[in-house]
Amino acid sequence: MSAMTETATSAAAPAKPLMARINWVKAAPWLYTIALFALWELLVIALDMPPTILPAPTDVFAAIAKYWSPIWKNSLQTLYTTTMGFAIAVVAGLAIGLFIGWSKTIYAGLYPLMIGFNAIPKVALVPILVIWFGIGTVPAVLTAFLISFFPIVVNVATGLATIEPETEDVLRALGAKKMDIMLKVGIPRSMPYFFGSLKVAITLAFVGSVVSETVASNYGLGNMMSSAQSQFNVPLVFAGLLMLAIEGIAMYALMAWLEKRMTGWAHRSTMAQ
Amino acid sequence: MSHLVSIDNVDMRYGGAAGTLAVSGLTMRVDKGEFAAVVGPSGCGKSTLMKLVTGLHIPQTGVVIVAGEQVTKPVSIVGMAFQNPTMLPWRTTLENILLPLEIVEKHRHRLRANKKEYVEKAENLLEIVGLKGFGSKFPWQLSGGMQQRANLCRALIHEPDLLMLDEPFGALDAFTREELWCVIRDLHAAQGVTIILVTHDLREAVFLADKIFVMSARPGRILKEHRVPFERPRDLEVMYQSTFNDMVHELHGEIAKARVVA
Ligand SMILES: Nc1ncnc2c1ncn2[C@@H]1O[C@H](COP(=O)(O)OP(=O)(O)OP(=O)(O)O)[C@@H](O)[C@H]1O
Ligand SMILES: [Mg+2]
Repeated sequence: MSAMTETATSAAAPAKPLMARINWVKAAPWLYTIALFALWELLVIALDMPPTILPAPTDVFAAIAKYWSPIWKNSLQTLYTTTMGFAIAVVAGLAIGLFIGWSKTIYAGLYPLMIGFNAIPKVALVPILVIWFGIGTVPAVLTAFLISFFPIVVNVATGLATIEPETEDVLRALGAKKMDIMLKVGIPRSMPYFFGSLKVAITLAFVGSVVSETVASNYGLGNMMSSAQSQFNVPLVFAGLLMLAIEGIAMYALMAWLEKRMTGWAHRSTMAQ
Repeated sequence: MSHLVSIDNVDMRYGGAAGTLAVSGLTMRVDKGEFAAVVGPSGCGKSTLMKLVTGLHIPQTGVVIVAGEQVTKPVSIVGMAFQNPTMLPWRTTLENILLPLEIVEKHRHRLRANKKEYVEKAENLLEIVGLKGFGSKFPWQLSGGMQQRANLCRALIHEPDLLMLDEPFGALDAFTREELWCVIRDLHAAQGVTIILVTHDLREAVFLADKIFVMSARPGRILKEHRVPFERPRDLEVMYQSTFNDMVHELHGEIAKARVVA
């Protein structure tokens, strides 16, 4: 990693006047991605790997082109189950987070339960979900929801539970009710925590939906990859992984953008201090 | 009924029967329009006293009477300012100052319809404390001293009868502090508001107050009550008089003694 940066900077340094117009920071993610693929390709060639073990990126891209129609359909399906589960997690997480953060007693009582629940591997829940709802979209959505709502709850509750006592005193001395304090201080204050948690939650949601699709669905990238694997179509498996990575990055970027849009004050205020 | 605040034989214990006894046998009175200062060793219960008067804490024994009524819940005729300005970073300075109006019963229903009038009032206050034109800035774009000025505006916006200040100038440099002393002095003179100021700075207490209460170490009670003899309006020059220094010296001695006894 560090060797790569060194070569990149030393190569860029002498040519500076020519290449000064390129924004290297902006270009870096693309350059590094291309470098990764190039390295991977070289490695496969150098070690003479058969495509059934480690396909080269060119094989993977070829597989994407060849199986475009199923890949596209399954990617949309996975994106759909993930965002559905994630959306439910956002609503439920926000509601439960506000509920837990509302009072110290509720916080103390429910927190251990939440920890315990979170410690359960969600894969273990998929069979139960299948018994209740059958295979397909519903268990995938629910697994995505179950795995991603915990960080949202914890973050929202933390934001509420850490209101500065002085702020609360100033408002209470004016006759503020609990509801006023929550609306005026608690909820706006927990928003940076909430939007921050969305980035973690969306990534986890993908894990949940794909796990569920792999074991209990006839659709989705998880299912596509597991059937491709049983046919030793390894390039297609990698194509699925690549699509997942792309969807994950896109959704993460969306959440990061949302966070910045909605709670810019939090970033600027911490920077200013 | 001449006392705005009257505290009689109050005990306040934190955290149940075996908890910390913060103040004990506390008795003090502050008249309407008076400027009172409270000084004492650290941890003697000064902030507790503030919370008792505002109704944030209810004492286990004794009574606190504010404006003729026994305090059993937060009283909304007060404005408070602490050492920590606690401005909300997602609101502009102006919106922060208007916050009490969204809470106080008397104003919250009028706010929407009379927004313009209230904004004018807030801007007027900003001008008084020397923050004219900073209303649209966010608090984190202001310096510490500027935030503390805005904090004063927020404490005053709903025209409280009683202003409670808990070491509001503690974190400021000497010059800003003196400037804000003058702001407070002029506000007190112009608006006839009753002020109770907790401070560690004895010169601040003597310069601003009509009456200074010296508290004992914890559990706090009033050891002594001083009348400050200097004429109003007071100029900063008053601090260089020998009588002023004598008074500061005397207070210093009393607090040093109170600390040793503890
Ligand atoms: N919320 C609380 N719970 C338990 N004990 C408390 C609480 N607040 C204050 N105390 C205790 O009560 C005593 C008085 O506290 P208080 O904050 O009133 O002191 P203070 O005079 O304002 O001190 P300082 O000058 O350092 O601000 C202290 O010994 C403190 O430990
Ligand atoms: Mg204090």
